[in-house]
Amino acid sequence: MKQFFAVLLMLFAWSVHAYAKEAEPVMGNEALQERVMTLAGELRCLVCQGESLAESHSDFAKDMLSKIRALIEQGKTNQEVKDYLVARYGDFILYRPPFSGITAYIWVAPFVLAVAGAGLLIFNIRRRRERVKVTPLSAEEQARVNSLLKEDTGDSKAVMASEGDRP
Amino acid sequence: MMRFLIPLVVFVVLVGFLWKGLALDPSEVPTPLLNKPAPAFKLQELQNASQTLSPANLRGKVWLLNVWASWCVSCREEHPVLLRYSRSGEVPIYGLNYKDTRDDALRWLQQFGNPYVANGFDTDGQVGIDYGVYGVPETYVIDRQGVIRHKHIGPITDAVWQDEIMPIVRKLKG
Repeated sequence: MKQFFAVLLMLFAWSVHAYAKEAEPVMGNEALQERVMTLAGELRCLVCQGESLAESHSDFAKDMLSKIRALIEQGKTNQEVKDYLVARYGDFILYRPPFSGITAYIWVAPFVLAVAGAGLLIFNIRRRRERVKVTPLSAEEQARVNSLLKEDTGDSKAVMASEGDRP
Repeated sequence: MMRFLIPLVVFVVLVGFLWKGLALDPSEVPTPLLNKPAPAFKLQELQNASQTLSPANLRGKVWLLNVWASWCVSCREEHPVLLRYSRSGEVPIYGLNYKDTRDDALRWLQQFGNPYVANGFDTDGQVGIDYGVYGVPETYVIDRQGVIRHKHIGPITDAVWQDEIMPIVRKLKG
């Protein structure tokens, strides 16, 4: 079993290594390459959609990487590179969509729903508590209870115990 | 009453969202260029390197920009449809030959026929990036003022041509 895991681990390490190798800088400059890859990690590959540009091996991703590299070499900031791509491909290319227009609803909706749900829950719990609130017996009722208890003392304990268990 | 009404309303709203969501094709990313001026370019013509193609020269016309490449499989599927409708002369089709080599592209046109009035030769794909091309074929409908009015992603079929592209073209021609 141990051996099996060792082999698995080796395979994994190997695949990670192979992966890293494929994404190796074309242009040598490591700092530049790192910036390109960091940016690419935040951008979606439109062809493969589930992957970022950094992860993808599609031609589209390769084109985009070289474009991003060229833009950075022109002295563009990260934000300018993103703006450039958004202007052409739309917000969808960003993995973190901006807080604007229709996306505002999507950002806010979970919080609104969570608060609304919590509110509803509290409201319901309060109402339920109200419903089962223990009201003291009137003198008349108490008298009746006493008479009933006298009739059959055997069950009285059980009744009281179950009464006590109620919330 | 409310006890049943609230879940019912929630359910209906959910079904509405899912219904809409299922009808969307996730591979079709809406272009931010819709109703924006078509990005300017000046490219060598594919068939005649001494000539250039530029959208600026097509002002006053409603035209189609069809992005294609000889290496693109779906373009083959689309090609006969374009060829057939180009003969009708209803709307001029200009090509953007995307990330191709001149030899391959010319051979392709010779082999399958040429539906294009002219082709821009975008060998490095830079114009393609400006137009937000991410899959070929793609087709843009551009109006008289040079504004993009529609983008179709994927091959044009008879149905797409008749039900999607032509109604827009006719409307733009007025």
